[in-house]
Amino acid sequence: MGEVIIQLVINGLLLGGLYALLSIGLTLIFGVLEIVNFAHGEFLMISMYLAFLLFSFFGMDPYLSLIVILPVFFLFGYAIEKIIIKPLLNDPPLNQIFATIGLGLIFSNVALLLFKADFRTVKTPYSDVNLIFGNFFVSVPRLIAFLIAIALIAALLVYLKKTFTGKAIRALAQQRKAAMLMGIDVHRTYAIAFGIGIACVGAAGAVLLPLFFVFPTVGSLFSLIAFVIVILGGYNSLAGSLVAGLIIGLIEGFSGFFISPHLKEVVYFVLFIFILIFRPTGLFGKR
Amino acid sequence: MPILGVHIMQLLGLNNVTTKYGDLTAIRDVSINVEEGHIISIVGSNGAGKTTLLNTISGVLPSAGGTITFAGKEISHLPPHRIVEEGIIQVPEGRLLFPDMTVLENLELGAFNRRSRKDIPALLEAVFNYFPKLQDRSDQMAGTLSGGEQQMVAIGRGLMAKPKLLMMDEPSLGLSPLVVKTVFETISKIKSDGITILLVEQNVLQSLMISDDVYVLENGSIILNGQGRELMDDPRVREAYLGI
Repeated sequence: MGEVIIQLVINGLLLGGLYALLSIGLTLIFGVLEIVNFAHGEFLMISMYLAFLLFSFFGMDPYLSLIVILPVFFLFGYAIEKIIIKPLLNDPPLNQIFATIGLGLIFSNVALLLFKADFRTVKTPYSDVNLIFGNFFVSVPRLIAFLIAIALIAALLVYLKKTFTGKAIRALAQQRKAAMLMGIDVHRTYAIAFGIGIACVGAAGAVLLPLFFVFPTVGSLFSLIAFVIVILGGYNSLAGSLVAGLIIGLIEGFSGFFISPHLKEVVYFVLFIFILIFRPTGLFGKR
Repeated sequence: MPILGVHIMQLLGLNNVTTKYGDLTAIRDVSINVEEGHIISIVGSNGAGKTTLLNTISGVLPSAGGTITFAGKEISHLPPHRIVEEGIIQVPEGRLLFPDMTVLENLELGAFNRRSRKDIPALLEAVFNYFPKLQDRSDQMAGTLSGGEQQMVAIGRGLMAKPKLLMMDEPSLGLSPLVVKTVFETISKIKSDGITILLVEQNVLQSLMISDDVYVLENGSIILNGQGRELMDDPRVREAYLGI
């Protein structure tokens, strides 16, 4: 039994790292712009398709495709902020919600038009390879996804801590008016933060592709997980999202083994309801 | 501007500036003149429009009429970050520090604009010279400081921006009498370092004493203007703001 537990912990943490990368962009965007991006999952879907196309046409490995996807998704997010989000910043929340939900619907329907409803997947040489450590095994694509996710999250945290633009992003999240009075260009910084958030979910899509199918509505599956993680992590804490991602990964691993893999969504939702009842500010939330 | 005698340059000029919140006019046709090297005070009761006036100059609120010029250049419609780049820095009411950043990070963010960024080490030294206590606290989170220390960080953060004009909104609000005294001493020291100051204060007597020129704002309009000492003898000012 002890060995099973350790194996479940390994699987859960590997999955959790990917979940953290999946969610951290949503947290960043909410923390800085105070906008809930309901199209988050659809950005993941687009990135999975882009990685799929790069693999199919150019034989580009999904992990290698990050060097394309990260800059393209940053610019994609930057442009979406300028065109769609910026005009809505002072609108009532309902308008913002409808705009991002609408954006997500457009994305998934365009994907349906272009790619049909088929499930697609890539077959890489390492797809089914496992590393064996004594009695434990580690899936290679999951390990790589985990390592890339953790490396990107660490890079993001260092960027926010050390660079001027990163500090401007944090300043804006903490005290908007003072940030303006310090000479921070609010609209430019918002667009950069949105671009970074979208680049993160784009990266999550690329590293997810070797592990999962892509289809036009795959986003809704993962945005559910992302929202639970963001709320568990405390809405606007990036470190909170990292820890919450790992926790959700562990919960998924354990509930899949001890209850049933088909009930994992039920487990999330029960957890979600308990958080909202007993700790509505999340694990690391202040407000 | 005098034809004879000392030629003093106008640094900031407001000409019939009006600011509205929707249909509500918060300040109406306000004209003020800030000369280089002076301390100019704006006094008035709560809700008179003092903070609105500073936020209009900073570009945080759009003006609905009139012109604002700074060092001869019209800045009425510039966004806030461009106004900071010009050298107008506001130390806002209630300090508005970045609570989850250290004192040092708060100060560094003060020097965010392009003019100041490269001079951060020298600027930090100058600010620690003003407020030696902040050097010991530089790794502490700003949100955990006392009110007086927070005000020091707020003023220090403003100085980090290399202001030509420093606008201070109620810097003594909510502080103990001893700390209030230090704040006013600091303001005089900043002036003697050659920085022009636009001061909004509810501590009328103290601000009249250190100001070269004073404007009294009531219901969004300037009703009186004069030198600080002069207004201290004005019966209207004595009754309404000094309570004597």
